[in-house]
Amino acid sequence: MASDITRLGVDVKWQDLTLGCTIVGRGTSESFNTGEWRTDTPLFILEKCKQCLLCAPACPDSAIPVENGKRGEFDLDHCKGCGICEKACPFDAIKMLKGER
Amino acid sequence: MKDLIEIRWHGRGGQGAKTAALLLADVAFGTGMYVQGFPEYGPERMGAPITAYNRLSANPIRVHSNIYEPDYVVVVDETLLDSVGVTDGLKEDGAIVINTAKPKEEIIPKLKGYQGRVYTIDARKISIEALGKYFPNSPMLAAIVKVTGVMDEEKFLESMRKSYNHKFASRPEVIEGNMKALFLALEEVH
Amino acid sequence: MAIKERLSGNEAVANAMRQINPDVMPAYPITPSTEIPQYFTTFVSNGQVDTVFVPVESEHSAMSACIGSEAAGARTITATSSAGLALMWEVLNVAASDRLPICLALVNRALSGPININCDHSDAMGARNTGWIQLFAENNQEAYDNMVQAYRIAEHPDVMLPIIVCQDGFITSHAVENITLLEDQVVKDFVGEYEPEHYLLKDGESIAYGPYAVTNYVMEARRAQMQGLRNAKQVCIDIGKEFGQISGREYGLFEEYRMEDAEYAMVIMGSAAGTAKDAVDALRDKGVKAGILKIRLFRPFPAEEIAEALKDVKYLAIMDRTEDFETNCGPLGSEIKSALFNKNLRPLTLNYCYGLGGRDVTVESLTSVFEDLFEVEKTGDLGEVYRYLSVRE
Repeated sequence: MASDITRLGVDVKWQDLTLGCTIVGRGTSESFNTGEWRTDTPLFILEKCKQCLLCAPACPDSAIPVENGKRGEFDLDHCKGCGICEKACPFDAIKMLKGER
Repeated sequence: MKDLIEIRWHGRGGQGAKTAALLLADVAFGTGMYVQGFPEYGPERMGAPITAYNRLSANPIRVHSNIYEPDYVVVVDETLLDSVGVTDGLKEDGAIVINTAKPKEEIIPKLKGYQGRVYTIDARKISIEALGKYFPNSPMLAAIVKVTGVMDEEKFLESMRKSYNHKFASRPEVIEGNMKALFLALEEVH
Repeated sequence: MAIKERLSGNEAVANAMRQINPDVMPAYPITPSTEIPQYFTTFVSNGQVDTVFVPVESEHSAMSACIGSEAAGARTITATSSAGLALMWEVLNVAASDRLPICLALVNRALSGPININCDHSDAMGARNTGWIQLFAENNQEAYDNMVQAYRIAEHPDVMLPIIVCQDGFITSHAVENITLLEDQVVKDFVGEYEPEHYLLKDGESIAYGPYAVTNYVMEARRAQMQGLRNAKQVCIDIGKEFGQISGREYGLFEEYRMEDAEYAMVIMGSAAGTAKDAVDALRDKGVKAGILKIRLFRPFPAEEIAEALKDVKYLAIMDRTEDFETNCGPLGSEIKSALFNKNLRPLTLNYCYGLGGRDVTVESLTSVFEDLFEVEKTGDLGEVYRYLSVRE
């Protein structure tokens, strides 16, 4: 089928590509684990966190889940370890662990 | 009548030679003929010499070139006689129709020795008399219809009335004037 | 009941568009196609169509708006000429690779320079490798008929590619000729509704158009797109037959005129093909076995079928209405020679550049091409294989 994205992958044949390389469906980037790329890992220090939520929108990979007005643990399947959240946090509640996966 | 009649129009930008050629195609179509009406386009402006063409035939027309050896030539503005080769390629068994108030004897010497038939018509006088303004279009159209005999005059007038009724639907007062211009032109071309 | 009319080529195409009643028309007017959006906006103002007309600030914007609109799920149309098509060039490629069946009425006009408003095919030829389907027309009737068939070809599930419907600027676009129109309802039924499987505004579904492709995907993407274009050939034949059933005028990939036993043949496209037919008739009257192959579908190029049609020809003239600066042939010359080469066919072949910037093409000038072929036959010497017709030198 011209819109079947399940066959897309590095070995896809031209016959199995979607029509015009369109991608039918939403949130499909979730199935791509960018967490694989991480060399530094953020540590979330719950007791220092004021739930100001400045970190969540700063994350380029939506790897800081927010529920009921509070952030939770990092989504390490998608966190690339860029460290932007550490810089965004005014309360030192995020610490990048260098060289740790 | 020949199977294919080719006509070349000479006018100046703004005088309506192109419109006249398209109108002729229109009325000939109305009598069941195959037609072509097309202008030669360039960056023309008001007053610049322009050329337009007609092909009229009983059979489908396939050729898409300009016309170099016309059966008939129509000159909408006599001042072109000095600057444009209006008789170039014109067939000797054809004719030329010129809009002028001058007698034929004064016009013929300007036609580079053309031996075919020469017709004149004072389209300005006719237009002023019928319409109160100078639109050489309608009289010249009637003149070429008469000279070519390409269609019956009654049919021509009937078809033109229909066309004017449509074209001047919002200004019915000018319809009679235009029709009068056609009548006069049919009478006065010689 | 067919409707007998007399219309200019632009009026004819605008009327086909009215009968198709597309959803959206973004356009930026340019000579000699200006009348098409002009007539069409009158239809919009009069309520004769439901189309949303989008005035834009350039042709690049016109084609970009077409892409957005078509991706949103709307049947979209535009018109242009010459530099207008050239300005669209970047986005023409996007429209094709996104597989959006947009329709573009192209009124062929010379590309600059020198700047000129008259007919040649340099605009269409400049866009011939952008992935669009291209149809050419000899006269107003064919321009109208091609427009009526365009969406059926472009929107076919095996194709899903944009289409350019060409006619010759001024020569047919501004010439009033006899034409037979179909009734509105007949066109409406033939064209049908546009019902794409997926589109941006489809309720309850998300779709992304034009995502970035890393090196790993680009060759496969191009191969898949090429297949769509290749499929357009059979679809064009099928739709041409079906159109014959509603109109009495059947269309194929090309027209063979007096080719049955032709030893001398001319390959040509557009309005000059009609003039060439008159030249061939006169030659046939003198006993010369001459014929014309008039190309209708230029993209995808029907190479095998054309080679088959030319297999018994001994002397061939290929007419290119463009100077493509390939310096040893024109685009049609290169296509035909390649098609013949693949079938081991070697007629003695001359390729001509002709009719640039509205240079008039006459029965006499096209007859002179056949006379050149007679000369080749007499001497056995091709001489200059890429020639200019009717050039002062």
